[in-house]
Amino acid sequence: MANLGIDVLFKGTNFLRLLQGLWVSIEISLIAVVLSIILGLVVGMLMTLNNPFLKAILKVYLEIVRIMPQMVLLFIVYFGTTRVFGWDVSAEASAIIVFTFWGTAEMGDLVRGSIKSIPVIQFESAWALGLNKMQTYFYIIFPQTIRRLIPLSINLITRMIKTTSLVLMIGIVEVLKVAQQIIEANRNSSPNAAFGVFAVVFLLYFIVCWPISRLATYLEKRWE
Amino acid sequence: MDKDILIEYFPLYKDALFLTLKIGWQGIILAFVIGLIGSAIIHFKTPVLKRIVGIYIELFRNTPLLVQLFFIYFALPKVGIQITAQTCGVLGLGLLGGAYMIETFRSGLEAVPVIQTESALSLGMSDFQTLWHVILPQAISISVPGILANVIFLLKETSVFSTISLMDLMFTAKDLIGMYAKTIESLFLLVVFYLVMLLPISIIGAIVERRVRYGQFGD
Repeated sequence: MANLGIDVLFKGTNFLRLLQGLWVSIEISLIAVVLSIILGLVVGMLMTLNNPFLKAILKVYLEIVRIMPQMVLLFIVYFGTTRVFGWDVSAEASAIIVFTFWGTAEMGDLVRGSIKSIPVIQFESAWALGLNKMQTYFYIIFPQTIRRLIPLSINLITRMIKTTSLVLMIGIVEVLKVAQQIIEANRNSSPNAAFGVFAVVFLLYFIVCWPISRLATYLEKRWE
Repeated sequence: MDKDILIEYFPLYKDALFLTLKIGWQGIILAFVIGLIGSAIIHFKTPVLKRIVGIYIELFRNTPLLVQLFFIYFALPKVGIQITAQTCGVLGLGLLGGAYMIETFRSGLEAVPVIQTESALSLGMSDFQTLWHVILPQAISISVPGILANVIFLLKETSVFSTISLMDLMFTAKDLIGMYAKTIESLFLLVVFYLVMLLPISIIGAIVERRVRYGQFGD
């Protein structure tokens, strides 16, 4: 009981390694979030166009993302596509592909929602002034949606960071994997290390995600 | 794709589906109960408990289920709390889902106009009667779309259970790929089974959402 494994963390570079592991997740999520925001703006805009064919495709896309667990998508890309097409995708690349695929759908839906919330008169006035579709979106619509979108995109970052813990399953060495390695390596000297190490991992995720989600809530309230 | 292999694997996936559903529903019911109690505590501003519920929500909403499960399954036994993998799955899903359900119910409770509470109280109903007979029925019908979205989210999250050696759909697929390298067949069945499990709920959710919205515009 006395030894709950906190001391294990301060042996050698263990704590630093945990942080490095966490950074791997954060890095993947940041890349995926940036790509998702860019692609999400495009997808969201496409969703508001009245093209039945495009609408049907995007609906299927959204439904796939809504229903399939991210881990299944990870397996399909990492094990499935490599088998079918015979190409070679690293685990990191497939993680970024999957999380961008997922994030784009989420972001696209948010963009669609906020474009829909803009009064039609804004579009009509812009067209009446002779702006074309592209100009209308870039100069009139997007600037107005950004206030609504920023808190939501910040929220997407925390969700992304939480979901990237799954990359453990396709063999990326992230914080949980490092935690397991540390526990295994110290099995004899401190058999209870699992408690301390996993508690610290739990807290690390909290320390990273909590401020970000507070920021999102704060901005949402302030800009309402 | 080999048809014989699909037929051979089918029963394995069927068992896994039942296990997923069993743990999933138990976890969702637990989440529902936690959600009801927690949102009532926040709604009535119960002094100390309100703080505790707030901390609980922040803790569980800001950490991944995978980490929560690892903590419950691998760390708690070290301080003398032994639980089976199944209980751990139910508990993890229930605690995570509870944090989301509280928020959903709370926004439902907030959407019921204050005049409803005041009217009920002025008719001589007690606090509990007001909640049970007047506020909750309205709040729940408002939060139905949110609840269904949470249910889909939680059933999706069950895929994480494979990490604590529960033989769910994900575990079965991973196992079969590892043992026989029939990657395509295994993944195909995995996708089909998740579709069978979640597509109906998603469709029901879309219909219900439309009806609830219809009800709102109706008055």
